[in-house]
Amino acid sequence: MKYLNEYRNLEATKKILEELHKITTKPWNIMEICGGQTHGLVKNGILELLPNNVRMIHGPGCPVCVTPLNLIDKAVALLEQGVIVCSFGDMIRVPGSKKSLLEAKAEGGDLRVLYSPIEAVSIAKHNPTKEIVFFAIGFETTAPANALSVLHAEKEGVENYSILASHVLVPPAMEAILDDELCSIDAFLAAGHVCAIMGIQEYYPLVEKYKIPIIVTGFEPLDLVQGIYMAVKQLEEGKHVLENQYARAVKEEGNVSAIKIIKTIFDVGAREWRGIGEIPNSGYIIKEPYKKYDAESKFSIGNNKVPENSKCIAGEILRGIKKPHECGEFRLTCKPSNPLGAPMVSSEGACAAYFHFSNNTI
Amino acid sequence: MSIDNLGFETINLGHGSGGELTRNLLDKIIFKTFSNPYLDQKHDGSIVKIEGEIAISTDSFVITPIFFKGGNIGELAVHGTVNDVAMCGAIPKYVSLAFIIEEGLKVSEFIKIVESIKKTADESGVLIITGDTKVVERGKGDKIFINTTGFGAIHPKASISVQNIKVGDAILVNGFIAQHGMAIMSEREGLEFESTIESDSTNLNFLVNDLLDEFGEKIKLFRDPTRGGLGTVLHEIANDISKGVYLKEAAIPLEKQVAAACEMLGLDPMYVANEGVFLVVVDVDIKEDVLAVMHAHEKGVNAAVVGEITNEHPNKVVMESLIGGKRIVSPLVGEQLPRIC
Repeated sequence: MKYLNEYRNLEATKKILEELHKITTKPWNIMEICGGQTHGLVKNGILELLPNNVRMIHGPGCPVCVTPLNLIDKAVALLEQGVIVCSFGDMIRVPGSKKSLLEAKAEGGDLRVLYSPIEAVSIAKHNPTKEIVFFAIGFETTAPANALSVLHAEKEGVENYSILASHVLVPPAMEAILDDELCSIDAFLAAGHVCAIMGIQEYYPLVEKYKIPIIVTGFEPLDLVQGIYMAVKQLEEGKHVLENQYARAVKEEGNVSAIKIIKTIFDVGAREWRGIGEIPNSGYIIKEPYKKYDAESKFSIGNNKVPENSKCIAGEILRGIKKPHECGEFRLTCKPSNPLGAPMVSSEGACAAYFHFSNNTI
Repeated sequence: MSIDNLGFETINLGHGSGGELTRNLLDKIIFKTFSNPYLDQKHDGSIVKIEGEIAISTDSFVITPIFFKGGNIGELAVHGTVNDVAMCGAIPKYVSLAFIIEEGLKVSEFIKIVESIKKTADESGVLIITGDTKVVERGKGDKIFINTTGFGAIHPKASISVQNIKVGDAILVNGFIAQHGMAIMSEREGLEFESTIESDSTNLNFLVNDLLDEFGEKIKLFRDPTRGGLGTVLHEIANDISKGVYLKEAAIPLEKQVAAACEMLGLDPMYVANEGVFLVVVDVDIKEDVLAVMHAHEKGVNAAVVGEITNEHPNKVVMESLIGGKRIVSPLVGEQLPRIC
């Protein structure tokens, strides 16, 4: 637990919070990109320890939340066709247009919850008469492992393995948020884990173009408080530069071998984001030579665009326009046991974070 | 005790038919292992005597894998029920035992489970007095399911009721949380991480008995946070009494390796299952004395005061985080789902 306990230290956190209170003179809106950061803020009770005029806005960085509805329908369709579908656990309760993966499993689908896509390749190897699909979702963080699973399948000659890929990228989403006329964000905490893979070079142009401070930030309480402090300090001093709070994990150039693996399998292309819509150059598409590992090419599973539940304001939540408790359905009809949208399901979803850990009456 | 050569290696449907094969299985394994004056009558049921008020609790065990670090399904089936009876403020005496076996279970595995049940029952001071064995077709079960029902006499000094709890009462736990759930997680398919985390499955009845002997009605409530973990049980208590529960994260006993495994898998130890943990709500005046008795007992070495009952935030559990912030601890919904990144 080294490198964890140090970043959960009461005294060190208190000291930075005191400094933050001292330097804050104006109201500032800071968006933390990653859902893991949102949970860290809420779970550790950090929001109420911040100065009143520092307002955290929760970003779109929850992979489960932004995975399009019709992709869940496709995974359900695969299960119903007798394919073994492997998924990260987060994904299985998210409602599709008719049912969730968990409901499809209850009806007889063979759904496996895994921590690693490599495991799915091994399931494929042991079930040669079955087709195995890994539901490969996530940001840049999960892309290397998913890409590696394809390379692994190729090397092992595993023909009955493919991925249902929906990888999205953080910087284009930040740009889409900043271009929104309702945007009121003064600074970003960039997602530390994404930067650990991709490095930080993509963020310099954003800082310049939008004149906005970006702090690459970790996930522990001390990281978050320090990231917020660095952002407020820049804002109060009228600066806008890229800073790396999470230098213990993030290198300027990122993880070079991971990036190489991503580039072998994926091209950058347009992707649809649940609740936000299509963003150009915002995701990974499987390259032509690897199409036989692309479940969407391999199986006929349709491509019906289905409307979202009209009561769910996930789009506004993901763009930071509204907070979960400002939704009329929050806690009333929308709960983790009966979610209207993905942010109430995922452990990184803002609505779930507010539901589980936060209450305005504390 | 040793079991003779049975002449068969796997259990098949015939062993549940009620005929000769069933008799063979019962005589050579079950009756031989659990022999006691009640069971030896081989009647349809047992006639027993329990003085005064009695506590009864039943539970079914469907765990997979059936063997895990620190225990197996048989041990769990005794501990789980013995502890549930103890949590009522009772002294467990008798346990019923019913198996639903999927055909194909290896006899060697069944014997291991039965021997383990015997050992655990002896250690817990209970007798197996009646039971049942059924065999289902392959694919209709998951190797073996066990149901146990426990019977116990209420301790003469016990007055266990959630209604006795009042504002200011202290909440203690007897030891490290989340051990059992993480031991099971680390052995499930798809989780390739090695750990030495062992299930904490154990009987808690003797420590509970000591506490009742010593403190009687000043003990307000015992609960064992099995499925749903500590967070869910505390939430139930807050709701039952329409009061708040205030916890300090730093005070909750959590072993380092378990904490690290929870971090890695994205699970909150507050919702991870326990099998050898109980929480006790006591009058604030005796909390240090209760702690001392717990510390002196082998099942309470790592006991700690973790929180208190408060008038603030009724029906809610609020936890002070390590860095001094506050958060709600809500009940677990469904299974905890591991996060993506």
